[in-house]
Amino acid sequence: MSGTAFMAVLRRDLLLAMRRKSEVLTAVFFFVVVAALFPLGIGPELNTLRLVAPGVLWVGALLSSMLALQRLFEADYRDGTLEQMALSPTPMSLLISAKLLAHWLVSGVPLVLLAPVLGLQFDLSADALVTLTLALLLGTPVLSLVGGIGAALTLGVRGGGVLLSLLVLPLFIPVLVFGAGAVEAQASGLGAQAHFSILMAMLLPAAFFSPFACAAALRIALE
Amino acid sequence: MLRVSNLSCSRGNKPLFADVSFALQAGQALHLEGDNGVGKTSLLRIICGLSPADAGEVCWHDKTIQQNATAFRSSLFYLGHGLSLKEELTALENLMSDAAVSGRTLSQAQALVALARMGLRGREHLPLRVMSQGQKRRTALARLIASQAPLWVLDEPFVALDAKAVDGLRGLLAEHVTNGGMVLFTSHQPVALTSASGSSVAVQTYRLKGVA
Repeated sequence: MSGTAFMAVLRRDLLLAMRRKSEVLTAVFFFVVVAALFPLGIGPELNTLRLVAPGVLWVGALLSSMLALQRLFEADYRDGTLEQMALSPTPMSLLISAKLLAHWLVSGVPLVLLAPVLGLQFDLSADALVTLTLALLLGTPVLSLVGGIGAALTLGVRGGGVLLSLLVLPLFIPVLVFGAGAVEAQASGLGAQAHFSILMAMLLPAAFFSPFACAAALRIALE
Repeated sequence: MLRVSNLSCSRGNKPLFADVSFALQAGQALHLEGDNGVGKTSLLRIICGLSPADAGEVCWHDKTIQQNATAFRSSLFYLGHGLSLKEELTALENLMSDAAVSGRTLSQAQALVALARMGLRGREHLPLRVMSQGQKRRTALARLIASQAPLWVLDEPFVALDAKAVDGLRGLLAEHVTNGGMVLFTSHQPVALTSASGSSVAVQTYRLKGVA
């Protein structure tokens, strides 16, 4: 029964994302445009481009996921769907984890898939591209999970968007450091294994605790 | 049964209501009356467990709803001001996903019957954003037909409905009460429940008074 409810929320959110294409595409286009503008601005100095590539792509991914974050619970809060989720016999944290998963599939996965293509503009080697994609694959779910807590806490607050950025961006710093660091470590011959382990160590507790934290914050917002 | 004892609630420093007590047995309907801003919606939200009360408790089958949360929630159908409908989804999709979230099993055929009974035949596959306000409310109320929950808590269910839909809803409430269900609703108009067979169902009223 809980499984059906989980799948129903996941399916509904993905269906909504398909029907509100513009919202999803805005964040993805933002990422593409940011990543495409940097090589033009910096100039065709390949060594510099290779050096800044991981940082630029990671900051782009981070800001683009911030764009989508503000709307994570907003619509459900306004139209009463969140109330129904709070009153469901299925634990609210399970339903919220379905929402977070849908959010990552819609806002995180396209970035992971686009990153290797955009990385070509920075003259990244095949090895570096693989590392970058893997790092994003481990890191972007953390952005959705931790960002979800921020979105839940600032729900219904006036000027919530700014507050959300202030609240969440400092928490994204470790993901940024180790995500971008993975590519550099790989390029310098140290291997990205340690960085991947640390990213995984951030992802697992975030995946476990975030739905509970979100559900608790949302219940307060609903009072 | 639902028992509400000595509930009080305040907004900020301003007390809204105090010492609200009533009970609702199987097969009873209760009409909650009160002026605008007296706290009817707040009371309903407290009864559902969405908001905390300052004092007092709400009991479902002699256990507070906090102790008995899962059992209470699977017996509850709540319709608030937000209809919990998605503008981009069709009436049918809305009904199906809502049923799954609230832990009910609903087949597509049952959902279509429910929509048809609310006068939405032929509009099942229209996205909600092209529907009128009244049609949206009819979609939300179609969930009642498919609901197996014994306790219905409805906040202003008669708003924005035409005369025919109001009659339909009254029949629906009467049928639910006759079958041993419980209905707690707010409305600013007097409501007489008459079932389709013509027999009328008694409605108790509770007048909510603000703290002076």
